[in-house]
Amino acid sequence: MAGLAASFGSGAMTNSIEELEFTDLILATGTNTTENHPVISSFIKRGVRQQGVKLIVIDPREIDLVKYADVWLCHKPGTDVAVLNGLMNVIISENLYARDYIAERTENFDALKAVVSKYTPEHVEKISGVSAKDLKKAARMYAQAKRASIVYAMGITQHTSGTDNVKSVANLSMLCGNVGIEGGGVNPLRGQNNVQGACDMGGLPNVYPAYQQVSNEAARKKFEAAWGVKLSAKPGLTLMEIMAAAGKGDIKALYIMGENPLLSDPDLKHVEKELRNLDLLIVQDIFLTETAQIANVVLPSTSFAEKEGTFTNTERRVQRVRKIVDAPGEAKADWEIISELSTKMGYSMKYSSAKEIFYEVINVTPSYAGMTYERLEKEGLQWPCPTADHPGTKFLHKDRFSRGLGLFHAIEYIPPAELPDEEYPLFLSTGRVLYHYHTGTMTTRAQGPSERYPESLVEINPLDAEKLGISEGQIVKVTSRRGTIQAKAQITQKSMPGTIFMNFHFAGAPVNALTNPALDPTGKIPEYKVCAVKLEAA
Amino acid sequence: MEKEIAFTIDGKNVEANAGQTILECARENGIFIPTLCHYEKTTNVGACRVCVVEVENARSLVASCCTPVSPGMVVRTNTEAVRSAQKMIVELLWSSGDHNCLTCEQNGQCELQNLVYWLQIEKPRFEIEPPGYTIEDTNTMIQRDLNKCVLCGRCVRACNEIQVNEVLDFSMRSSHAKVGPAFDADYINSSCVFCGECLQVCPTGAIIFRQAKFAGRPWELQKTRTTCAYCGVGCQMDVYSKDGKIVKVLGNREYGKPNNGSLCVKGRFGMDFIQHPDRLKKPLLRHNKNEDLKEVSWEEAISFIANKLSAAKKKSGPDSIAGLSSARCTNEENYLFQKFMRAVIGTNNVDHCARL
Ligand code: SF4
Ligand code: SF4
Ligand code: SF4
Ligand code: FES
Repeated sequence: MAGLAASFGSGAMTNSIEELEFTDLILATGTNTTENHPVISSFIKRGVRQQGVKLIVIDPREIDLVKYADVWLCHKPGTDVAVLNGLMNVIISENLYARDYIAERTENFDALKAVVSKYTPEHVEKISGVSAKDLKKAARMYAQAKRASIVYAMGITQHTSGTDNVKSVANLSMLCGNVGIEGGGVNPLRGQNNVQGACDMGGLPNVYPAYQQVSNEAARKKFEAAWGVKLSAKPGLTLMEIMAAAGKGDIKALYIMGENPLLSDPDLKHVEKELRNLDLLIVQDIFLTETAQIANVVLPSTSFAEKEGTFTNTERRVQRVRKIVDAPGEAKADWEIISELSTKMGYSMKYSSAKEIFYEVINVTPSYAGMTYERLEKEGLQWPCPTADHPGTKFLHKDRFSRGLGLFHAIEYIPPAELPDEEYPLFLSTGRVLYHYHTGTMTTRAQGPSERYPESLVEINPLDAEKLGISEGQIVKVTSRRGTIQAKAQITQKSMPGTIFMNFHFAGAPVNALTNPALDPTGKIPEYKVCAVKLEAA
Repeated sequence: MEKEIAFTIDGKNVEANAGQTILECARENGIFIPTLCHYEKTTNVGACRVCVVEVENARSLVASCCTPVSPGMVVRTNTEAVRSAQKMIVELLWSSGDHNCLTCEQNGQCELQNLVYWLQIEKPRFEIEPPGYTIEDTNTMIQRDLNKCVLCGRCVRACNEIQVNEVLDFSMRSSHAKVGPAFDADYINSSCVFCGECLQVCPTGAIIFRQAKFAGRPWELQKTRTTCAYCGVGCQMDVYSKDGKIVKVLGNREYGKPNNGSLCVKGRFGMDFIQHPDRLKKPLLRHNKNEDLKEVSWEEAISFIANKLSAAKKKSGPDSIAGLSSARCTNEENYLFQKFMRAVIGTNNVDHCARL
């Protein structure tokens, strides 16, 4: 979420879920909300059907939300920046932007203005395929709404231009004065249940808990004092850099807690080679995942139903997790395992409960400082919650951005790293489906969801299917420059001609054997949403 | 401010805001009026008339759930006429369905059963004539037995107004009204997305949690509130368990945020992975790459890792070690993991898969 942090000073969802139902307009882009965040989609759909909320959808697939939308901008995959710049072009040239807000609360507007002036609706139509007429309609609608909220997800971030996409979304929101008001804002919907918390807790190579920089001396001193050791000032490597370093032999040992990179990372063949190159691979998980199968040591941990703790949801709300059943066999909670290992290595960690750890967390994490398990008992609290009597924060950047002034970024459109060509004529986009979660380790072991969606499907437009002579349910071979996989064809209007869609939930059809590991230079997120493939009957 | 309205209910002088219904005011004032089709957060349709009350000078009994109060209104909730109307309605519902509480999963928390008991009805005055629908058990998540349906329409409104999935509606089948997906399809053959909202709001045993069948009586189940572990919404849910086994999941309606009691298919029907036989139960270890993983004790596994990590740190430096924490683990565990990597190993090489 580097893009949002650069624009506003904080990378989290600015507003709250409940506000979506009662705002004036929602712009949803790169989020298939009904499948990936189903309960949030109900807030949006209720808003549209019952409260007169307007809805603009920007998405290359005909997702379910399109059914509820006033305008649907169907753009070519990877042309997000062009479309967003086009919207801003119209808003500025028609004088519909928030002059006073921009003057008082933001900086660098002139640079933005200069860049977007090139993105006339006609020019954008050429790049993205979105008609100038629809673009203008959406721009006016967005600008004229009193309060407008933008929601987005991986469809925006999983591109080589992911950080640029996010900054463009932030630009658009600030342009109409929508950040810092109830019902407005820029709202990234986080995929996994506790991504927000993992980031808040410093599960990142450059920051301690609450985004305190490891390179900042005062921050480092604080943590050295809290933990009683000297700490490294050198920011660490990101996931993809760790993998590359493992491949080169610079990383010798890797300790993985509850992740399955061997199904979730792009270009799997490569990842497997890198992991196998390690001297020591430790995997701590609840199942023998694809990654665990090649580990040296596998530690059985507990699921969320077998332990106490907290998760932080996508709207920054810290909520309790409670023990329901006993762990199977000798499985232990992740925090117990880490404590034992640490103590064994000579650094004593003697916690008696998750609660005790939480009290250490709030001492070093200013945004959580006012929270206690007692306060979280009934309803979760949204950070920042700095003091014991602070009610939590429903929306961020009221009166003032976290970084002071909101920063506009002048962003040019750059095409995706890999485009269809003669040999690989189709776009492949990847994502999740309603019935499954991430690498499928949990949902493929759940009877109901698996019954409804038992296997991987390739979504393909009827025109393409006809051209390639492929019929519904037929097994097809999908090939990219990096690999080949097979799956069943599902013929659907959801996919636009020239684009196919697959999910990454099934080990039997590991779509990340095909995807492009090209990284966004700032966010270090791989380009899952666009790569070039060919398709043939198997 | 809205204007205060003064009126009387069961002889008590009370005040209400304009637009409030008789039912709402009665509840606020601790007066019980039974209901059936009424469901908070959905439109009041006045379908069942179980909530009838007497209003002075009104031509007939009125449905309190959809009648707004007016100044000077005189309301009585417990007259003979009211009770006799309620009994008539409930006996009709009872006799037009197959309400066999012996095997019904809703036994003990069924709203029809509660009405019968509260109205002290021994048995219905009409002959029991169930419509004879076949039970829909074509999927493993939701079972429907429309012989127990009282046509309250709560499922239809929940599907359309709460989840806005727009799957359910009323239809007319040979003089019988019926609820269900379009063209009388089974759920599994319809556009249903198995959010289970209809199951959660159904007052009787007409829509039930299939896997909870015969898994425990309502009063034997232990309820634990927790946060769904599937996606970033973080829905609050009540997990019901018995003897250390998870039986079913309902959305938590007590506290509201962030999901107002709704769930999706993953949260509601995706929890059987927890007790799946594939779960890891013992640490596994291989000493060299060509061996198979073998079960070992915790002591052995932890010592092995500690020695290896200490050796790597000494030989190649702390930055030759890296860790991936997890968006699936708790905050406490993520905190501890990065503390371990930073304070014990001595490196900032810690990341997680959130970028993915
Ligand atoms: S499960 Fe959900 S979508 Fe399906 S019928 Fe019930 S309320 Fe509607
Ligand atoms: S199925 Fe249940 S909720 Fe739906 S109308 Fe019948 S009794 Fe009411
Ligand atoms: S119930 Fe569904 S929407 Fe709610 S947190 Fe779980 S997966 Fe997400
Ligand atoms: S509860 Fe009022 S009519 Fe059914």
